[in-house]
Amino acid sequence: MPDKKQDLIDQQLQDLNNDGVDRRGFLKCMAWAGTGLVWTMSGGIPVSRAFAKGYGKDAGKGGDFSFVQISDSHIGFNKPANPDVTATLQTAINKINALPHKPDFIIHTGDLSQLSKPSEFDTLDQALKGASAKQIYFVPGEHDMLSDNGEQYLQRYGKGTKGTGWYSFDHKGVHFVGLVNVANLKAGGMGSLGHEQLEWLEGDLKGRSASTPIVLFAHIPLWTIYPEWGWGTDDSEQALSYVKRFGSVTVLNGHIHQIMQKVEGKVSFHTAMSTAFPQPAPGKAPSAGPMKVPADQLQGVLGITDVNYVVSGRSLAVVDSPLADSGSSASGNGAGPGAS
Amino acid sequence: MTRRNVWVAGFAMPVMIMLLLLAGSSSVTAADQPPAANAEVKIDNFSFGPQTVTVPVGATVTWTNHDDIPHTVVSTDGVFKSKVRDTDETFSYTFTKAGTYPYYCTIHPKMTGKVVVQ
Repeated sequence: MPDKKQDLIDQQLQDLNNDGVDRRGFLKCMAWAGTGLVWTMSGGIPVSRAFAKGYGKDAGKGGDFSFVQISDSHIGFNKPANPDVTATLQTAINKINALPHKPDFIIHTGDLSQLSKPSEFDTLDQALKGASAKQIYFVPGEHDMLSDNGEQYLQRYGKGTKGTGWYSFDHKGVHFVGLVNVANLKAGGMGSLGHEQLEWLEGDLKGRSASTPIVLFAHIPLWTIYPEWGWGTDDSEQALSYVKRFGSVTVLNGHIHQIMQKVEGKVSFHTAMSTAFPQPAPGKAPSAGPMKVPADQLQGVLGITDVNYVVSGRSLAVVDSPLADSGSSASGNGAGPGAS
Repeated sequence: MTRRNVWVAGFAMPVMIMLLLLAGSSSVTAADQPPAANAEVKIDNFSFGPQTVTVPVGATVTWTNHDDIPHTVVSTDGVFKSKVRDTDETFSYTFTKAGTYPYYCTIHPKMTGKVVVQ
């Protein structure tokens, strides 16, 4: 990464360290596509450094661990934006397997399939069998609940979950909550969690120590990015009110096929790239449909998200990597601080 | 449309249909035109077009998905419900009762439309 960009990042970090959270600075950092950036949450203060400096290499030591988020595989999609989504999913898996530290598990934040077809789920399962991490946690996207109100999704990926597929689990001191905001959507609305799930969430978090790091993951963003395209969740405010007392909260979403991040207080929001096709920046196209890019640039706008947890300071660091080599994508996309 | 226009349209419709059949071409002005017997709604760029379509009782409305992404056409009041419609797939429904039928795409609920049956 050019020094100029690094200087900008350092400047923003300086601002952050001075006054806690600089919204403007973070907004400027939105829309990083495939450039690779590490966000570390440490006591509620975000610390960041460029991916190129290689934060991840030291992770995995002591009680630290990492996991990988992948999203929006859309197996079955075969249009010009990406005629072979199985191949790019495979590339993503190869990338996971090549990480310097082996992730403890993988989280898939939904839209596994394009049309909820059994053959699409079969293809996804087959590809994921090749991942070095055998434990995979899922939440459904709207594409996974198309024909049967999500029955098939639940049978395959939601055993032991509540309602339409929500659940929580603990891993090495971090509490993870998978939420479903793609079921029973109302006309004119955005994503929705619903009363029953919110009630469950409140109970799930109650009694946990405020020092427990929390990771919430769901398909549609739990913060309003662009309501005109439905990029938000109508009742996410209530869900977030339950996590306000915790010292470190990381929210991981998919759905919008591009990286966006925001920090509000001690809550860090992050959306992942797709493994299938990119979507336009909010409002930059007539609709949120698949964005066609030249074939040689496709892998620069698809990717995986590597999340590292460091016990000392209870911090979580989020690293986005494009499928293409980080060097080529960093220069290829041209996105960076200020390129919002 | 005013009440008077509705009355005129209703009265004149059979005559106009006969004329249209005989002439084989449309020469009536938009103001005089009765609701088309059947109607088409295009799904393009995550929107229904036209968003409101007005048809007579007995008309069939056909939706066609022109997007690269699947959509559904589902009545808000539970009157009709399409299966998932992928690219170029269609859904048709015949309206046998007058009324206003709001609908939406259950996958992308920001997509809404309305069928008015007179």
